[in-house]
Amino acid sequence: MSAVEVAGRVLVAIVQVAVVTALAPIVMGVTRQTRARLEGRAGAGVGQPWRDLRKLWRKRPIRATGTTAVGVVAPLVLLASGLVAGALVPLVVAAPLPQVPGDLFVVVSALLVGTVALALLGLDAGTAFGGMGSSRHMMIAALVEPTVLMAVYALSIPVGSSTLSLIVAARRDDPATIASPAGVLAVVALAVVVLAETGRLPVDNPATHLELTMVHEAMVLETSGPDLAWVELGSWLRLTVLLGLVANLMVPWGVAGGASPGALLLGVVALAAKVVLLGAALGAGEVAMAKLRLFRVPELLAGSFALAFLAVTASYLVA
Amino acid sequence: MSLRGLARLVRRTGRVAEPAPPAPEPLAGVDPALRGSVQVRHVDAGSCNGCEIEIGAAFGPVYDAERYGARLVASPRHADVVLVTGVVTRNMAEPLRLTVAATPEPRAVVALGDCARGCGLMRDGYGVAGAVSDVVPVDLEVPGCPPEPAAVVEALRRVTGR
Repeated sequence: MSAVEVAGRVLVAIVQVAVVTALAPIVMGVTRQTRARLEGRAGAGVGQPWRDLRKLWRKRPIRATGTTAVGVVAPLVLLASGLVAGALVPLVVAAPLPQVPGDLFVVVSALLVGTVALALLGLDAGTAFGGMGSSRHMMIAALVEPTVLMAVYALSIPVGSSTLSLIVAARRDDPATIASPAGVLAVVALAVVVLAETGRLPVDNPATHLELTMVHEAMVLETSGPDLAWVELGSWLRLTVLLGLVANLMVPWGVAGGASPGALLLGVVALAAKVVLLGAALGAGEVAMAKLRLFRVPELLAGSFALAFLAVTASYLVA
Repeated sequence: MSLRGLARLVRRTGRVAEPAPPAPEPLAGVDPALRGSVQVRHVDAGSCNGCEIEIGAAFGPVYDAERYGARLVASPRHADVVLVTGVVTRNMAEPLRLTVAATPEPRAVVALGDCARGCGLMRDGYGVAGAVSDVVPVDLEVPGCPPEPAAVVEALRRVTGR
């Protein structure tokens, strides 16, 4: 592989990370604004998450007595895991890096590192709600991971590779596979799992003030100032990356095949449009939904695991 | 409710938020870092819940304080404004001090309602430690028993500057 090609791949990764970082607060703003409008409110505007972040960066953090370095490091690890996932998932360009495995297992592991960092952050201050949030978070993570692996395994069977870039590129070049039973089942299973993994309704309510119902919020109750800004940005990044992955699996058109400037620009515009639309759909869906009782969450995730399992079976039987 | 019923309800309801009144004079002495985004932690230091109902209305769909960048949060660590209601009772004086101390700088303290300003009905009660300003430094006082939601929104807008 020539040096020019390597530089092209690095450029692609940088573009993806930059685009995802810029998009994450906008996606969040669109989701909240859609929700506010449907509830009859005026809404704070699409730029509000950016204003919140800017303010948090200017605040002086307070760290509770007895907290350790985890309180400082964990938010950065969460952010880094989101950025790594943003670089590895085929969002703008679907071309695998030979040196870096853009494999599904790597992406899932990168996100899992962030999940564990967040759980440790919840435990660090030693408060009751933090520990409760962490235990719930790990329970959901344990139920989510098998479904993710099953769903992408089902998607990888027709392609013959578990590299996400190749899966997306194959779906783009052969649209018939998108409507195949295995493909549809797997993407639906993945969508349910994305909601659980990113702490959205019906698994977790991101707008709650009740500590007893919290999952994500309970873990960050003791985090303040810039630390909180990193946690927020990290979890928005995770949402944007996973929404982008689902969008590219459902509608793989516009994803660039190479690193030419035109294709990159088209890829960025297509990604922004897809993710913003999906964010608005998420906000609209949340208006119609209530949070599930915590003990019903395993049933929902078991259902999505069943879909993923059916997808694997179907991809052997039907394809 | 079915999804279709819900969609009909959303369409029929439309927008219930009232048009925004002109922006009030921004509060002097508030750190410019708080402009545009203010997270509010509400502390009930001994209120009769009249002020709480008005705060609930201020953040409801009609007055929609969230459109000016204010948001209620669950932890003082996330907050920029501590919104205190009620006379400060002896039992709540120390928790109030701790809550303000747990709020990261720059922050602002807003005393909401006549009781919090030290001139309400329960001023000389046997369990009362004093007004909010006797316990923590106060940046802004909002009169009224209880203050109307519009007054609550205006006070928060003076902090967010929107």
